[in-house]
Amino acid sequence: MRANTWAGRNKVEVRDVPDPRILNRRDAIVRITSTAICGSDLHLVDGYVPTMQDGDVMGHEFMGEVVEVGPGVDPDRLRVGDRVVVPFPIACGACGACAAELYSCCENTNPNAGIAEKMFGHPVAGIFGYSHLTGGFAGGQAQYARVPFADVGPLKIESDLADEQVLFLSDILPTGYMGAEMCDIQPSDVVAVWGAGPVGQFAMDSARILGAAKVIAIDKEPYRLQMAERAGHIPVNFEEVDVRSRLLELTGGRGPDKCIDAVGLEATHGSAHIATYDRVKQAVRAESDRPHVLRQAIMSCRSGGVVSVIGVYGGLVDKFPAGAWMNRSLTLRTGQCHVQRYMKPLLGRIERGEIDPTRIITHRLPLDEAERGFELFKNKQDHCEKVVLKP
Amino acid sequence: MELTATTTIRKPAPEVYAFWRDLENLPTFMAHLEEVRTTGDRTSHWVANAPFGKDVQWDAEILDEAPGEKIRWRSTGDADVPNAGTVRFMPAPDGVSTEVHVVLLYDIPGGPVGKAVAKYFGEEPHQQLDDDLRRLKQVLETGEVVRSDGAPWGKRARKEFPQRPAQPLSDAEFAKGAEA
Ligand SMILES: NC(=O)c1ccc[n+]([C@@H]2O[C@H](COP(=O)([O-])OP(=O)(O)OC[C@H]3O[C@@H](n4cnc5c(N)ncnc54)[C@H](O)[C@@H]3O)[C@@H](O)[C@H]2O)c1
Ligand SMILES: [Zn+2]
Ligand SMILES: [Zn+2]
Repeated sequence: MRANTWAGRNKVEVRDVPDPRILNRRDAIVRITSTAICGSDLHLVDGYVPTMQDGDVMGHEFMGEVVEVGPGVDPDRLRVGDRVVVPFPIACGACGACAAELYSCCENTNPNAGIAEKMFGHPVAGIFGYSHLTGGFAGGQAQYARVPFADVGPLKIESDLADEQVLFLSDILPTGYMGAEMCDIQPSDVVAVWGAGPVGQFAMDSARILGAAKVIAIDKEPYRLQMAERAGHIPVNFEEVDVRSRLLELTGGRGPDKCIDAVGLEATHGSAHIATYDRVKQAVRAESDRPHVLRQAIMSCRSGGVVSVIGVYGGLVDKFPAGAWMNRSLTLRTGQCHVQRYMKPLLGRIERGEIDPTRIITHRLPLDEAERGFELFKNKQDHCEKVVLKP
Repeated sequence: MELTATTTIRKPAPEVYAFWRDLENLPTFMAHLEEVRTTGDRTSHWVANAPFGKDVQWDAEILDEAPGEKIRWRSTGDADVPNAGTVRFMPAPDGVSTEVHVVLLYDIPGGPVGKAVAKYFGEEPHQQLDDDLRRLKQVLETGEVVRSDGAPWGKRARKEFPQRPAQPLSDAEFAKGAEA
């Protein structure tokens, strides 16, 4: 089959690779009908997540048709012919983490748990196409994928909703939603979202749905800010204005009640010398992540507020404003999305027309043009916001 | 050498105990074991995997057991690698899970067998037992050892990096199996 693979830093390559096969009894093979490129894929391509290897099949946002099931798959839950959206964290459904609905922390699905434990203190779940640290599972930017625990995670789509309306249930819609949910939003809340990428856009929409009074979008790409503005959010361009002053202005000096970091470890900074400091440290591996947004969110948030982090961090950060966090009673909440928790309720919201996930799609390309898709998305060319690939 | 490890399994203690007490189950999750055969009520014959030392076999006996709580065993006769172990099962505070606490003792000899065993355990010997218990948990909670494209061989997964890429196996590679 054809599959988009990691080919070293800053390089992806669509290659011919073997078709997947059943390796565990509860696996299914899915023929992929739609798949997408995510901001998390950029962290892999840019070389910020260790343990990627040449030839790793990328992609963790995919859906399609079940073409084969292992002998252990419960036929009441999944059969050949079913149309499914596959959540990006692989979850067993039986461990303590799964019982607590902490699916992205599943204790059983990462065969490389020992490595993850060394880096993170405790292991994390397996994730499709997302390095060997999260298990070494081939991803979904391909014609077919093997899906472990196929009778646990995948969501059956029984209505005639188009792929594009449900594809993002695999990751970014639940992720944005979880970002907002972690904010415990009250009707009087002003919510500021850093990053107007796909995840940020869905975090903004979710904050609105959950009842926020006002939602602010912070980014530097005018077209992304315009997209947020069209959806009813207030744009702030961090290259044009001082973010802190603007946020104070927009909140009568209080600061946003809730702040969402939807940028993560590759944040850029309006202030050149701070950016240089973190870039240099990152380059010499003294610091693995660039935490501008995390710092700014903590400093901006009103006392007693919540800083919700859905942008990905991989390792260590420097100059974490622990004093602001502690002395001003801030709550920090975060996580890789527990996608399985949100798929059904969000499908309901899509069916009822409360959310339109298609509003962020700017590019549709054949899988064979994945490399171009990555270029467009990474370099923000051609007003690219979200690329859907068709195998 | 003494190794200790512990894990929590979301199954009641009698079930976890029963699985372990059927010693023939041990090779499904313990990487260094090829086979365990029950030879009597309390006696058994153990065969190690090649990386642990070729043709290393021994007899063992259960010294002490308390159903649902504890099993203690040791090798008998002149084993190449005299060893002993204890496993305790304790109800976890959540009321549904079982804490498994394992202690293994190896009397590592000199010579080629000792070298093979030392090499098998490597620089972080406890890591092997940690991984064994992770697989025990997988087997009891999900039914089998979880495989990925990067680590497709279940308990024979070699933990060293780099692994094979996260890419499906070719028919030839699959046929060759773990020794490829
Ligand atoms: N928690 C999860 O489960 C989960 C799931 C999916 C994605 N993610 C993460 O979410 C983040 C966003 O993903 P995406 O697909 O939207 O990526 P993206 O790269 O398209 O979006 C990131 C946006 O942040 C903007 N940005 C950069 N520096 C900024 C700054 N200092 N202030 C404000 N904005 C800044 C960029 O211009 C860009 O528009 C990534 O880190 C991704 O890995 C997390
Ligand atoms: Zn994603
Ligand atoms: Zn689990």
